[in-house]
Amino acid sequence: MADAQPADLAPEANYRSASLWLEALRNLRHSPSAVLGSIIIGALIITAVAAPVFATHDPIKTMIGVPGETGRLPSKKPCIPLFGCEDQQHILGLDLNARDLYSRVIFGTRTSLSVGIITISLSIVAGTALGITAGFMGGRVDNVIMRLMDVVLAFPALLLAISIVTILGPGLTNALLGITITFIPQYARLSRASVLSLKEQEFVVAERALGASPLRIVLAHILPNAITPIIVQGTLGVGTAILDAAALSFLGLGAQPPTPEWGQILSESRNYLFTSPHLVFFPGIAIMITVLGFNLLGDGMRDALDPRLNRS
Amino acid sequence: MLTFVLRRLTYSLPVLFGILVVTFTLARAIPGDPCLAVLGERATKDICESFFRRNGLDQPAPIQLLIYMRNFAQGDLGDSMRFHRPVMELLVDRLPTTVELGFFALMFAISVGVPLGVLSAYRHKSAIDVGTMIGANIGVSMPVFWLGLMLAYLFAVLLKDTPLALPPSGRLTPGANPEPFYLALGWVAEGEEPLEILRFFSRINTLNAVLTLNRELLIDALRHLILPAVAVGTIPLAIIARMSRSSVLEVLNQDYVRTARAKGLRERSVVGKHALKNAMLPVITVIGLNFGLIISGAVLTETIFSLTGVGRTLVDSITSRDYTLVQGFTVVIAAGFVLINMVVDMLYGYLDPRIRFN
Repeated sequence: MADAQPADLAPEANYRSASLWLEALRNLRHSPSAVLGSIIIGALIITAVAAPVFATHDPIKTMIGVPGETGRLPSKKPCIPLFGCEDQQHILGLDLNARDLYSRVIFGTRTSLSVGIITISLSIVAGTALGITAGFMGGRVDNVIMRLMDVVLAFPALLLAISIVTILGPGLTNALLGITITFIPQYARLSRASVLSLKEQEFVVAERALGASPLRIVLAHILPNAITPIIVQGTLGVGTAILDAAALSFLGLGAQPPTPEWGQILSESRNYLFTSPHLVFFPGIAIMITVLGFNLLGDGMRDALDPRLNRS
Repeated sequence: MLTFVLRRLTYSLPVLFGILVVTFTLARAIPGDPCLAVLGERATKDICESFFRRNGLDQPAPIQLLIYMRNFAQGDLGDSMRFHRPVMELLVDRLPTTVELGFFALMFAISVGVPLGVLSAYRHKSAIDVGTMIGANIGVSMPVFWLGLMLAYLFAVLLKDTPLALPPSGRLTPGANPEPFYLALGWVAEGEEPLEILRFFSRINTLNAVLTLNRELLIDALRHLILPAVAVGTIPLAIIARMSRSSVLEVLNQDYVRTARAKGLRERSVVGKHALKNAMLPVITVIGLNFGLIISGAVLTETIFSLTGVGRTLVDSITSRDYTLVQGFTVVIAAGFVLINMVVDMLYGYLDPRIRFN
C-alpha cells in the first residue's frame, strides 16, 4: 500500500504527456475518411515499393519482336482483357510504343508518390524555417520575408511553376523545384502565426529568462507546438503537389519520356483519345485515387488534431 | 470605407511591384544570349551591340528595371519573338477566349456549388449531404486535363449521334465568321480601325452574339463552351460546395437563427434571410481564391479543346522559347490576379463592416 500514491499519480502524468498524439490517433481511428485515406495511401506505398513484383512487364521495354508476344497495338483496335478481350498477356493492353500499360501505371506510382512527398517535405522545411525566422526576429526581417511570400502567392501556383521550369528547363527535378517554391508561402505563414502566438506564452518567456538560446527555444518549445497544423496542411498539400506535377508533365515540362509518370503517359496518348481512350483513362484514375487518398487523410487529420474544430 | 479601400490599395502596390521585379529577374535569369535568341545564331557583334542599345540592354540592371516598369505602365510588353508582333496585341487577340472560358467555368461552379452546399447543410447527414461530400472529395482530386479528355470522349465519341453530342474542339463551328458588334451597331465604319477595347470585347463570342442579337451564334458559342467550362469549373465547384456547406452549418447553430425560429418566422425566411446572408461571406472569399485555380485550369484545358487562349499560347511559347511573350503574359495574369483579389477583399469589407476596422 506504500506505493499507492505514486502509482496513482504516475499513469496520470504519463497519459497527459502523450495525450495530444494518443488522442489524435484515437480520433483518427474513428474518422471514416482518415481510415479510408490511410488504406489508400498504404496500398499505394506497397505498390510503389513492390512495383517490380506487381508489374508483369518491364515498363520501358517495347514489346515489338519479343518471342511469344501476342499484344496488339492500340492503333489496331485495342485489346484489353479487363474489358473482355481474350489476350491475357497485357491486362490493360499496350501503349502507343508497344509497352505494357499496366506495368507503366504501376511504376508510375513510384514517381508520383516520391514527387509529392519530396516536394512537400522540401517546402515544409524551407517554409517553416522562413516563417519561424520571420516570427521570431520580427521587425524588418519579418517584413522582408513575408512581403516576399506575398509576391510568390500573387502568382497562380501552376503559372509560377511553369515560369520557373521555363528558365530551369523541362525535367522532373526542375518541375519538382518549381512546385516546391509555390508551396513555401503556406508553411511560412502557418509557422509564423504559431510563433507569434507562442512567443508571448509564459513557458517560452520563462525559458528565455533562464537564459536558453534562441535556437533551443525554437527547437525545443516552439516547433513541437507549431507542428500540428503544418502536418495537416502538408498531408493535404501532397495531393495538390501530385496534381501539379502531373499537370506539368502533361504539358511536357515535367517527367520526360520514357519515364513512367502518369501525367506523361496521359500526355503522350492524348492524341489517340478517340481510338484508344483506355490509354488516357487508367493513368487519370490512378492520379485521382492517389490524390483522393491524401485529401481524405488530410481532412480526417484536421478534424482529429485540431480540437477547435470539434463542433459536434 | 474610404480608408479601408486606400489601405487595401497601398497593400497591393508593393505586391504589384514585387511581381514586376520577379518577372524581370526571371526573364534575365534565362540562360543564353537574348540577342542570338531574337536575331538568330549568325548575328554579328555589331548587330548585337545595336540591338542591346535599342532595347536598353546596355544599361545597368536597375535602369533596365525602371524602363521595364515604365513600359509596363504604358501597356508596352515588348515584341513576341515568335510572332513578331507586340505582345499586347496578342493579348487582346487571345485573352477574350480565356476570359469567356473562365467566366462560364466560375458561373457553373457558383450556380451548382452554392445551392448544393446550402442544401447539404440544411439536410445535414442526409443522403444528399453525404452524396455531395463524397462527390466534392472526388471533384477536388480529379486532374483537370484528364476530366477534360474524358468529357470530350464521352460527349463527342460515345454520344456522337445523340442530341447530347457536343463539339470537342474550337470556339465556333469551323467557317463561322461572326460580325463584330461594333460594325453591326454602326459604332465603327467599315474599313476603319476599331479601338483595341472594342476589338477585345467583340472577340468574346457570347457577348458579341448578345449585342448583335444573333441567336444561332450564341447557341453555337455556348455549345462549344460547355465541355471546357465544366472541366475548368469542377474543382472550384467542389471547393465552393464544401465551403458553403460548412459556413451554413455554422450559421444555422447561431443564437440569432434560433431566435428567428423562436419568433415563429417561416423556415424560408429563417434560412433565406437570416442564415444565408451571413453564410455567404466566407463563400465570397473562397470564390475570389478560386481565380488562381481557374487560370491554371484554363492553361490545361485550352490545350485539350484547341482553344487559342492565353494559356495555350503561353505553353506553346515555352517550348519555342519565346521569352518576351511568356514574361508579358505572366505579368498580366499575375497583375490581374492581384487586382481580382483586391476587389474581392473590398467587397468583403463592404459586406462585413467588422473587417474594415480590424
